[in-house]
Amino acid sequence: MLSYIDRKSPVHQLTGVTKLICFILWSTAAMLTYDTRILLFLFLISILIFIISKIKLEEILFVLLFILVFLFINNVAIYVFSPQEGVKIYGSSHVLFEISGRYNVTLEQLFYQLNITLKYFTVIPAALLFIVTTHPSEFAASLNRIGVSYRISYAVSLALRYIPDVQRDFRNIARAQQARSLDMSRKEKLPKRIKNAASILAPLILSSLNKIDTISNAMELRGFGKNKKRTWYSARPFQKSDYFAIALFSILFIVTLIITFHDGSRFYNPF
Amino acid sequence: MRKRVIEFHNFSFKYHSQKNPTLKNIHLNIYEGEKVLIVGPSGSGKSTIGHCINGLIPFSYKGEMTGSLKVMGQETKELNIFALSKMVGTVLQDPDGQFIGLTVGEDIAFALENDCTPQKEMFEIVKDASKMVEMDDYLPASVHHLSGGQKQRVSLAGVMVDKVDILLFDEPLANLDPATGKYAMALIDKIQKETNTTVVIIEHRLEDVLYRHVDRIIVVNDGSIVADMSPDQLLTTNILEETNIREPLYIKAVKYAGCELTEDMHPADFNQFKADLCRKNLLEWFEDSNPKTPSKEGKTILELKNISFSYSSGHETIKDVSFSINKGEMVSIVGKNGAGKSTITKLICGFEKPSSGSILFNGKDITNETIKERSLKIGMVMQNPNHMISKHMIFDEVALGLKVRGVAEAEIKERVDNTLKICGLYPFRNWPISALSFGQKKRVTIASILVLEPEIIILDEPTAGQDFRHYTDIMEFLVQLNRQGVTIMMITHDMHLMLEYTERAIVFAEGRKIADDLAVNVLSDIDIIEQANLKETSLYNLALKTGIPEPRKFVERFIEYDREVRQVGSRDAILY
Repeated sequence: MLSYIDRKSPVHQLTGVTKLICFILWSTAAMLTYDTRILLFLFLISILIFIISKIKLEEILFVLLFILVFLFINNVAIYVFSPQEGVKIYGSSHVLFEISGRYNVTLEQLFYQLNITLKYFTVIPAALLFIVTTHPSEFAASLNRIGVSYRISYAVSLALRYIPDVQRDFRNIARAQQARSLDMSRKEKLPKRIKNAASILAPLILSSLNKIDTISNAMELRGFGKNKKRTWYSARPFQKSDYFAIALFSILFIVTLIITFHDGSRFYNPF
Repeated sequence: MRKRVIEFHNFSFKYHSQKNPTLKNIHLNIYEGEKVLIVGPSGSGKSTIGHCINGLIPFSYKGEMTGSLKVMGQETKELNIFALSKMVGTVLQDPDGQFIGLTVGEDIAFALENDCTPQKEMFEIVKDASKMVEMDDYLPASVHHLSGGQKQRVSLAGVMVDKVDILLFDEPLANLDPATGKYAMALIDKIQKETNTTVVIIEHRLEDVLYRHVDRIIVVNDGSIVADMSPDQLLTTNILEETNIREPLYIKAVKYAGCELTEDMHPADFNQFKADLCRKNLLEWFEDSNPKTPSKEGKTILELKNISFSYSSGHETIKDVSFSINKGEMVSIVGKNGAGKSTITKLICGFEKPSSGSILFNGKDITNETIKERSLKIGMVMQNPNHMISKHMIFDEVALGLKVRGVAEAEIKERVDNTLKICGLYPFRNWPISALSFGQKKRVTIASILVLEPEIIILDEPTAGQDFRHYTDIMEFLVQLNRQGVTIMMITHDMHLMLEYTERAIVFAEGRKIADDLAVNVLSDIDIIEQANLKETSLYNLALKTGIPEPRKFVERFIEYDREVRQVGSRDAILY
């Protein structure tokens, strides 16, 4: 699911630190701006980077769909709570049709929500890409390099690392339970399926807790947490391409900010 | 005088979670450069001794500690776990759980990273340490792709980078196939000689550890040290038998033959052992009886025909495997780690679908049946009971499978009670499962499968991590089930289990079936032994060494005799 995918690509070759810095610049830019032109531009670039990374869409499809569901809920919520937000921002109202009371559909509102959606689309692929193209061991090293405490960095990278393990345990336990007739396939009715799924959770949590116990003992026995700092075996020195990538993203960042703020508004107004 | 590196003086320890102390007034000295083996049954406190030495007690597991424990002359409670980790390097039991780094190199470097060693220096030290354990070609490899033995060597290298004074091994053989275990002991021996480290090994597989020289054996039972002597001396006593630790088989055979062992005979080292002195006794004992092995020809219950399987396209995990199991049989499945044994059982239970071939049950093709459908006929007991248990109380856990099948309440109660009685768990039926020992939990999982009344039960390593008494309990229990008509298949690394309890063994290597024969024959075929990473039994070698004709018969005779002795023993135990 969210584990490292090994490929040979220019994106993989960048150090974790570079990717992290670029990702932060990228998402800050996308967060600050509501300028549709910039968002569209960033979105196209993120697709381009995605292609360069040689990661296939289906490899991250599950997470992507998961996030899209949230995006949809978010969009609905925005409309329900603030149907006139677009009108307020763009200062005009092109009503398409009325529903009732303050609920009508305006071009402005649709445009505003399109921008929100675009923001998601620019940030999410980048975030996913950062996670799946950064080797977990380098992941911790790069978080630490930009100032996150190494304990937290390690905790995050361990969590990511254990995702495949937990998945494997889950599969094993699920099958063992199925072998005791606890059916989780579509043949069973939904409430029963949920109840049966719960009987996997208990052993899964127990075995995960056991794992945590073992690993924390192993780490402590080898001196984890002794000093304020630590060095990293898998930290990689910067290459030319790293400097180049950081420079490129910094320029991108500055340019987007200039375009966004030069007319005093974060919004691009076509109306 | 030799330097003392570990000194327990009047040392006791009680875990907060327990009522009684686990260690009681321990006195123990371990000297520099010594190689010491600590043995004892489960729950004897041997692991606790290990935890005290490496500092997990009191820094990770809390409890009450009295008396004194000094490591390298310093009182451990005045140190911290980090200072201790510089002196004591621990290789934990579970090779998977203790990996922190993702690649071999990174894992070996972990301790160095925590010491803020500069990267360049780190690369050199890692290279040296990996050379010592013969893993220097694997530095960029992912730890998860290694074999069990390689994993253990990586863990060993990971503690070697610290130049520790004491190496502590917690059950180093637990997850290894027999040949890899032998290799591990040889490697530990080599490293100890090269670096003059003090080595402490905690293990109950005594015969396998004695494959290489050990200076001293400490026997722990019920929280106290009951013996502290040289292996030669210990083997001449009855202490091991009394504490339920399995003696080396050749020693047991010699003792059965009525031969008096003395220290001068060097019984601990098979190669040096003066077995000739026992030759007469052995021959007499051998001729004394003529063993017969009852062979029952049953109907075929399960048949695999030309099964192939691969997890990912390209590499075949199982290659064209065919075999059949007869009704009422008890069969071992053996082979090296990763040979495809577990995969075969998964295919049988329907957890995975074969890419070609078919599986027949009572003559009917079940290749396309679902897991649930097959579960009515075939029960699977996984190696780790924690992977199966999902209820809080024993009764509920065993009843779970019946409940979801919609069996009537009254019938559930009757069937569960019956099963619990068979499994010896009836008195505990209203206990929470968390109060049970590992072995008892294992029984609960067997009971929860048994209650569904499958015709075949498949067990993955039924006795892994069990001491000799629990091992015997579980196996005798399975024999009883077998007598009642349940067909049993077992995956095992334990050569003696295979010899003693299963007439037939199916041997796997590299995804192929390489032998399907009587267990005795398998273990006397050097070719198969080597291909499948098995280990010849010392009984067979004893027969060769003492020039007993028909060594195979000798092995059979021993097993027959041993079982009789133990059955009489257990009958006595019931009487009293």
